[in-house]
Amino acid sequence: MELKDLYEGFRNPQTIKSFASEIAKEAESLAEPLRVMEVCGGHTHTIMKYGLLQILPKNIKFVHGPGCPVCIMPKERIDHAISLAKMDNTILCTLGDMIRVPGSYSSLALERAKGADIRALYSPLDVIKISKENSNKNVIFFAIGFETTTPMTAAVIDYVVKNRISNVYFHINHVLVPPAVRAIMNPRKAKINAFIGPSHVSVITGSKIYEPLSDEYKTPIVVSGFEPVDVMEAILLLVKQKNVGKAEVEIEYKRSVTRDGNIKAQELIEKYLEVRGHFRWRGIGDIPESALKLKNEYSYLDAEILFKDRLSNEEIDDHKQCICGTILQGLAYPQDCKVFAKVCTPSNPLGSCMVSDEGACNAYYRYGSIDNE
Amino acid sequence: MRTIDMGVLIMSNSVQLSQGGGAKESNALVNDLFYKYFSNEILLKSEDAAILQVNKNIAFTTDSYTVNPIFFKGGDIGKISIAGTTNDLSMMGAKPLYLSCGFIIEEGFSYDDLEKIVKSMAGELKNSGAKIVCGDTKVVPRGSVDKIFINTSGIGEVEVENISSHNLVQDDVILVSRDIGAHGATILSEREELSITSDLHSDCASLWSIVEKVFKNNITPSAMRDATRGGLAAVLNEWAETSNVCIELQEDAIPVENEVRGICEIFGFEPTDFANEGTFVLSVKECDAKKTLEILKEYSKNAAIIGKISKKRVGKVIINTVYGSSRYLDMPKGELLPRIC
Repeated sequence: MELKDLYEGFRNPQTIKSFASEIAKEAESLAEPLRVMEVCGGHTHTIMKYGLLQILPKNIKFVHGPGCPVCIMPKERIDHAISLAKMDNTILCTLGDMIRVPGSYSSLALERAKGADIRALYSPLDVIKISKENSNKNVIFFAIGFETTTPMTAAVIDYVVKNRISNVYFHINHVLVPPAVRAIMNPRKAKINAFIGPSHVSVITGSKIYEPLSDEYKTPIVVSGFEPVDVMEAILLLVKQKNVGKAEVEIEYKRSVTRDGNIKAQELIEKYLEVRGHFRWRGIGDIPESALKLKNEYSYLDAEILFKDRLSNEEIDDHKQCICGTILQGLAYPQDCKVFAKVCTPSNPLGSCMVSDEGACNAYYRYGSIDNE
Repeated sequence: MRTIDMGVLIMSNSVQLSQGGGAKESNALVNDLFYKYFSNEILLKSEDAAILQVNKNIAFTTDSYTVNPIFFKGGDIGKISIAGTTNDLSMMGAKPLYLSCGFIIEEGFSYDDLEKIVKSMAGELKNSGAKIVCGDTKVVPRGSVDKIFINTSGIGEVEVENISSHNLVQDDVILVSRDIGAHGATILSEREELSITSDLHSDCASLWSIVEKVFKNNITPSAMRDATRGGLAAVLNEWAETSNVCIELQEDAIPVENEVRGICEIFGFEPTDFANEGTFVLSVKECDAKKTLEILKEYSKNAAIIGKISKKRVGKVIINTVYGSSRYLDMPKGELLPRIC
């Protein structure tokens, strides 16, 4: 079997076209336009890459959610990463786009060019290897991501604790999906009336975490895979729920997601991490109980505590012209922003949504939506 | 500068910092390695500069090679340093003739590895018929470079004039000489931290023979470009901008091998962003497209017509998907970083 055998069916043009025509038929009965938020940046990427918007009826609109771990990182925390990386005798490890995002005065990429030892990891477990090869240095893992990447961080912590590795520290920035959805829905201005639930987050958490949300906001939520066929099927399920007046959690991504999720991963996370009181989200602001931190008994591994003298928590907001917060609530689209693609570009992002590949403005900038021009 | 300017000593089978010019051992390096493998009349004259005779307009280019790892499936830093520079000449319609070659070597570098690299360069030179006619070697203290860097400059005689990224016009057809992204995917998969095993091979190769064949069939491409760093996406975006045209691609026509696609799936990359070292893109008149494809297919079964020039969005590259939708193909970002989730 080849890798393509695994995904080809989920990208089959005929299947996608069949879904498109069935959705078009069902959508005729919609009482109001479907304004569906795909919470996760991975879905934004799929929608833009495959141009799904163009093959869907006009009364189905996407609102691109806050589910990009790099985009939601406030500048003061990016500054933390930079300050940690600049310390003597230190290797700072992190994931993906975090390297590129500008903080208030620099970026990890710039600091790396100036000589700081900063590693973009492919797997968090590489932290262990790096720490062994550099036993005379402090290795700090700047951990980012939603529930998807948290178990890997927990696995690294587990290894470090059990093997008494003395040169690894953690700066935890793991965030949670449900509180972010609440923060977007609570102003009640938000025009979202359906959700596509995240794929890989749900593999870990299970779909049960969305049940209180669909009840509270009377909004259907369909957990979808990342492939275009998945997204099309999820849309069809959402439209069907709307048409019969249902607001339930459904799983489209059945090949990986269950109601209860990955219990072992959840246990590992609970062993080492706990919910923190407050976390500021770039573009949205403070959301109570929306992120994790190391439990007190592991504070000896917590870079945020150990190096707190070097880390300022003064809030640094985005440029006044930036309307990311409004975009995230579905009240505006990237092209409604005055600075979009003019002053604000992926190489010089003024706000969160332009920062990473998975941010809404970045996806619009990169793939454009040819129909939206 | 001498044609091969040496200031190095070979001891205990590794390259050492110079103990002073003209040492017996450094002459040995010139004679046993560079003169032996690169041997030609002009080089062996050993003058301060090579005297060259050229009859037509000259194309002139330079490139530095720093690839890591230095040996990879399908090539090595030496092979790339020859193929890369001769390809740049070929893409301008010039037959590669003469190259210069500068080595910057880290103290302690293995002599055997250096010989392997030089041998590989000599082998690759045969594919275009170009000659190395002058050179220079510097050995620098440990840590000043990463193992070995090579610079090659080259000149070639322009056989077909006016091939330029400014020349694309309405209804031109875009072709690619083989499947894309093999080099980028190979280098990525050989990086130690990924621990991937695969059968991927770099596409690293000299392209002059293919280009010559195209010319011999009286086909004059509007533009040609080897899709090196930045891949297909970079070439086409530069063309769309400089020629002020829209390039429309058919997504399912772009040839990508399964293993390359696999690497992209795992890490969230696009094959159109991956570097190639022996793959080129051509823009030809519509009436020449079929014949050009036939010629390219003699060298790779994966050669393909991938798109055409239109007026849809001037200065942009558009990909039409198999789903009936379309999107822009943007310039790749500088550093390829894997997606997080």
